[in-house]
Amino acid sequence: MLKTFKLGGVHPPENKLSADKKIENLPLPKTVFIPVAQHIGAPATPIVKRGDEVKTGQIIAKSSSFVSTNIHSSVSGKVKKVDVSADSSGYSKQGIFIDVAGDEWLEEIDRTEELVKEFNLDGSEIVKKIQDAGIVGLGGATFPTHVKLVPPKGMKAEVLLLNGVECEPYLTSDHRLMLEKADEILVGVQILMKAMNVEKAVIGIENNKPDAIQLLTEKAKNYNGVSVVALKVQYPQGGEKQLINAVTGKEVPSGALPIAVGAVVSNVGTAFAVYEAIQKNKPLFERVVTVTGKGVSKPSNFKVRVGTATSELVEAAGGLPENTGKVISGGPMMGRAIASLDVPVTKGTSGILLMQKEESERGEVLNCIRCGRCVSVCPMGLEPYLLMTLGEKHIFDRAEDERVMDCIECGSCSYTCPSHRPLLDYIRYGKGKVGQIIRSRKK
Amino acid sequence: MNNLLTVAPSPHVHSNDSTQKIMYRVVYAMVPLLAWSVFVFGLDALRVTLIAVVASLAFEYLIQKYLLKVKPTVTDGSALITGILLSFNVPSNLPWWIIVIGALAAIGIAKLSFGGLGSNVFNPALVGRVFLLISFPVQMTSWPVNAQSGIDAVTAATPLGIMKEGGSMSEILNSLPSISDMLIGNTGGSLGEISAVLIILGGLYMLWKKVITWHIPVAVLGTVAAIAAIMWLINPEVYVNPIYHLLTGGLMLGAVFMATDMVTSPMTPKGQIIFGVGIGLITISIRMFGAYPEGISFAILIMNAFTPLINNYVKPKRFGGK
Repeated sequence: MLKTFKLGGVHPPENKLSADKKIENLPLPKTVFIPVAQHIGAPATPIVKRGDEVKTGQIIAKSSSFVSTNIHSSVSGKVKKVDVSADSSGYSKQGIFIDVAGDEWLEEIDRTEELVKEFNLDGSEIVKKIQDAGIVGLGGATFPTHVKLVPPKGMKAEVLLLNGVECEPYLTSDHRLMLEKADEILVGVQILMKAMNVEKAVIGIENNKPDAIQLLTEKAKNYNGVSVVALKVQYPQGGEKQLINAVTGKEVPSGALPIAVGAVVSNVGTAFAVYEAIQKNKPLFERVVTVTGKGVSKPSNFKVRVGTATSELVEAAGGLPENTGKVISGGPMMGRAIASLDVPVTKGTSGILLMQKEESERGEVLNCIRCGRCVSVCPMGLEPYLLMTLGEKHIFDRAEDERVMDCIECGSCSYTCPSHRPLLDYIRYGKGKVGQIIRSRKK
Repeated sequence: MNNLLTVAPSPHVHSNDSTQKIMYRVVYAMVPLLAWSVFVFGLDALRVTLIAVVASLAFEYLIQKYLLKVKPTVTDGSALITGILLSFNVPSNLPWWIIVIGALAAIGIAKLSFGGLGSNVFNPALVGRVFLLISFPVQMTSWPVNAQSGIDAVTAATPLGIMKEGGSMSEILNSLPSISDMLIGNTGGSLGEISAVLIILGGLYMLWKKVITWHIPVAVLGTVAAIAAIMWLINPEVYVNPIYHLLTGGLMLGAVFMATDMVTSPMTPKGQIIFGVGIGLITISIRMFGAYPEGISFAILIMNAFTPLINNYVKPKRFGGK
């Protein structure tokens, strides 16, 4: 029996169309728009101005607090302006526009492909370097990695979990990275283990990627304390709490951080970025992005510079199919539908999914028939039908008691509802309101 | 500004299951029972089912369109299920106008006056059935013996009636049909309740298609069997073997097809077990000590009333304890 998390879950069609497509370098765009808020926490502060010449890898916006990160230029060229434009949220956000000229990298960055295994920094030096390199969680949550590596006082990490689950349908960027950069990821894991001072790391991979499981299991033998565990395919296994539960059997208590059960979770893509930052002096300014969809002529995995417009990726994958209904930044379960192809790729963009009209349209909303499926698929053991009603009717105190804040917004409830009820929409609304109430209480 | 794309919050995909598909799966599970009832009771059984189905659909359509002035939902399959289940709970020689009254009580009173599919507290078909049982007790309790016995339209007592009327245990056991007859459905009774084997088959189909879970049927049948077994062990001269309890009357049909109605049963497995045990206790109490020979309909309706309360107090196991 393969391991998995114990409560709820769904299994949407996997549709990993680009699983056997090698990672290709996307040609450099002519301009980039690099938002200064690409992470959870305070936006970075721009330190360049119009007309400045920048090199690839140069800091262009500085971290403004502990929970924040540096932003680096992903290209070389001239700063066109510091202005606002829409990011994947649809809102206008501050960012830096750069006209690309050539591709001149900072000299300290090692651009060779050669694997560098040895490192002799101590823990705090590693954390410092990760912080400087602007590394955030690349699974999509974009939480600054250096913050995770420093546990709150009195807490101690025991195990590092690597998220190679990629439970979202369609997405294959982590899968490709594991196949093509296995050693680099494993060195990154060793660096993270050193930074956290833990002896043990486990890489969790879903069983629909047997090639990655086999390769990493084989290679992990050469790295101390690292093991690989195959997991049953079940969404949302890539959720932090679900992955911890699947691998260790422990449950992160309601409202607590993973460190409460001694675990820290990092994405395999993040481990690769850590490798590049420490061993190659390369800050985070490019990432692997899957471009896919049923109507896409060339589903692909691209290495993309941050700030590249979505339209460039779509073109490189064969253009926008005629009956495209929605364009999703991320996967179909938790990704964001973007309003325009001008939206830039950021550190958190794991995929661009072009959905066909009939696939993306919502069905007619009917009465709840109380089938209880939303309850049985909820990985947090909540009652989505009830939370929806409480949100709809503005009964926020009860929603808080029913643990609306535990919702991880995985969307399993809405996915499974036979009456097409917008469960998660109202739960999100309730979460927002309850969050406000909780914050105002603390003041 | 170029054309903006469609946006909506996640998730962007759906399982493609629908309320209608679920309803039709229930209908498929009932088809063998209908076929068997026609085989046993003749075309009269088909007559009863057709009248009940047509009347249910018609009342749903007419009341929604002309009285409530909302978009009719007759195609969702739920009124079809109510019609079939109503017919399954009545004898095959019931006059047509009584069936129509039953359908009106089921659809008009039990379903639409509460707000339609999903909002009804009580199982519509059972409300229709109990309405008829109280209003027309004679017609509702004279069952024809099966058509194969050669003489049509002769009525006879059902096994539960025999058990209720009493007499010494050997007399009762002599007049009861054999266990294999009750399993296959070679006895008197309402249309859909006679064949335990086909009911279980329908239940397995619904389990496989994930329309129901095992909790309610197992809890109902297990409770009835357990209590009946205890009483039988205490005094086998007065109380019959639990197998007879399981195979007679509407218990099996009720446990598999009526108590499992999604709308009127609890949401969580734990709640469903409480619900099922409650139904089992009430059923066996009515059978052993009540005025009616059968109690499953009342038991389900009574527990239907407790469903909101059960949903309120029995919570699923939360992730992260507490």
